[in-house]
Amino acid sequence: MAIYRYDSSFEGFLSCIFDFYEQKPNTLSIVPQHHNALSFFDTSEDVITDPEKAQRVWKGLKQKGGSETTTAIHRAFLSEIEGIEDILLSYIIKCFKEGLSIKNYADSDVLRISKVVKMVGREKHRMDAFVRFRETKDGIYFATIAPDFNVLPLNSTHFKKRYADQKWLIYDLKRKYGIYYDLHTVETIELQLSSDINTTSQASLYFTQEELQYEELWQNYFNSTNIASRKNMRLHVQHVPKRYWKYLSEKKPS
Amino acid sequence: MNFDRIKEKLNILADAAKYDVSCSSSGSKRANKNKGLGDSSGMGICHSYTEDGRCVSLLKILLTNHCIFDCAYCVTRKSNDIKRAAFKVQEVVDLTINFYRRNYIEGLFLSSGIFKNADYTMERLIAVAKKLREEENFNGYIHLKSIPGASDELMREAGLYADRLSVNIEIPSASGLKLLAPDKNREDFLKPMRKVKNEIIQYKSEKKIIKSTPIYAPAGQSTQMIIGATGETDAQIMYTSAYFYKEFQMKRVYYSGYIPISYDKRLPSIGTEVPMLRENRLYQADWLLRFYGFDVRELLTKEHPNLDADVDPKLGWALRNLDKFPVNINTADRNTLARIPGVGMRSVHKIIHARRYRNLNWEHLKNIGIAMNRAKYFITCDSKDFETKDRTPGQLKSMIMQESASKFRKAYSSQLNLFDSNALPTL
Ligand code: SF4
Repeated sequence: MAIYRYDSSFEGFLSCIFDFYEQKPNTLSIVPQHHNALSFFDTSEDVITDPEKAQRVWKGLKQKGGSETTTAIHRAFLSEIEGIEDILLSYIIKCFKEGLSIKNYADSDVLRISKVVKMVGREKHRMDAFVRFRETKDGIYFATIAPDFNVLPLNSTHFKKRYADQKWLIYDLKRKYGIYYDLHTVETIELQLSSDINTTSQASLYFTQEELQYEELWQNYFNSTNIASRKNMRLHVQHVPKRYWKYLSEKKPS
Repeated sequence: MNFDRIKEKLNILADAAKYDVSCSSSGSKRANKNKGLGDSSGMGICHSYTEDGRCVSLLKILLTNHCIFDCAYCVTRKSNDIKRAAFKVQEVVDLTINFYRRNYIEGLFLSSGIFKNADYTMERLIAVAKKLREEENFNGYIHLKSIPGASDELMREAGLYADRLSVNIEIPSASGLKLLAPDKNREDFLKPMRKVKNEIIQYKSEKKIIKSTPIYAPAGQSTQMIIGATGETDAQIMYTSAYFYKEFQMKRVYYSGYIPISYDKRLPSIGTEVPMLRENRLYQADWLLRFYGFDVRELLTKEHPNLDADVDPKLGWALRNLDKFPVNINTADRNTLARIPGVGMRSVHKIIHARRYRNLNWEHLKNIGIAMNRAKYFITCDSKDFETKDRTPGQLKSMIMQESASKFRKAYSSQLNLFDSNALPTL
């Protein structure tokens, strides 16, 4: 089996698709470079990311399946689920060959992709809701996240529309990159973050006095708005799974 | 900012505001303009959830809990011995903006005790909203309380800044109101509602002709009733609701199980359980009115003045109307499908779509996601072995309940999902 290894970017993945159509190997698996489970019999090849090739594949897909198809492929890709590249490849082949619609759920690849797309969408919405900005001493509204899937690229439009008049930066700690809005455009950036940036005792190094006060006010508000006689923790945890509590300043132990 | 003072006020005035269950931030079409702050054109987001499972989407506070009235069911009532506080207009503006900038909230829900008189209070609420819109260029969501008795001019102005306006009628019947809030009268509640309704109608018709007509309360009006404080039947409550939906084109009526806060003899005593199951049934009935094409007279009558506690209102209706069943899934029209127990509106869409290609059988229906444990007694489809035995309503009920005994608990504790306006429950 042929194996293409790529740099884990979306453009890299699309470049692999391009090469696949050029070289037409019989069977192919596409894996990110950091993936090293190669078997002895496989021939592996490092595919170089080529924006032009990526563009052509992207356009072709759009022509064939419409923007619904490309959106779904992009979102499923962002899940980073192991093996998702091969499912997408298998779908893409059928899409180009027989025009298989991304809504034909009788197809097992389509069904799988649609499930993943739903999960990614849900995670994106959670981040829209659970991001908590803190104003730094430089006047930037700063938040860190560590989502299950790589959804940050999907959050950009929402935050840009909403926070048009403030500088903000959302940083994905897991994937070590962030998106930064400088009052004009949103850009992807990589930073050397201090390891104690989220440490409560060090907060006054990075954040304004006012910031810490507003956090406390919010925490207070959250406690005051609760109705003890209606308490229902099961339902609570269903809405805010525990793994998200770390983002929420109102859920920090005071 | 005088931090300690603000903190104290916030504690008092958030605590007093929490009995208002509405927290919706959807339905507005206010987009970000001139690169200002905020946008409420989306779906409305729950930024957090309280431990009782309610969505936290808005900063919900009173401007003040000083009040000249003495409504027995209200913590803010004049005779209650509690700490009082009042925000300054600027303080509410600052809190809202700063919470919003940090992505804590979708906007502000501002209510108030009545100080001096209705107009004086309403003016202060409007001042907050106006400042947010005009000085801060804030496009987040604003929900203002309409103060009972406020003048038409003020209600007109309020709608120019607010996305939603609401007056809580709280007590479903006029006699209950007389008992618990003797110095209030029903007309005072209705007056601002009527004004807002008329303004909305006018806005909609003018907007068609003149594009630049200033936007007026785009998310409409809502109201709330307290359940179980006075002796109203479910019928009285739901007929009142139906009236408000029809007469005032309410977007939502909320039902809030009474939380005992007083030793007043006229009210359930402290420690009485909050009637959450009843509240849940009322929301289900409300859903049937708004989305399933039911008329309130089908659900509740003189002979049948209360919803069943043990089965949902749609199943209750079906059991009283067995002559209308079984329904053939493959031929019935949309309204008829919507009346089958266990079939939600989403399933109705799916059935109608899927049966264009083939006749549906049990297997298809299961995949579509309908609740077979209830539905199977009420339908026929493209399978031969369906329930043909004639059973009495009582027999059917106990069979269904036995089968769903474990699920019942689950349905009950997820009742609060109903506050999430996106969640269409399966009835
Ligand atoms: S007027 Fe409103 S705030 Fe005042 S006591 Fe009555 S319900 Fe409470």
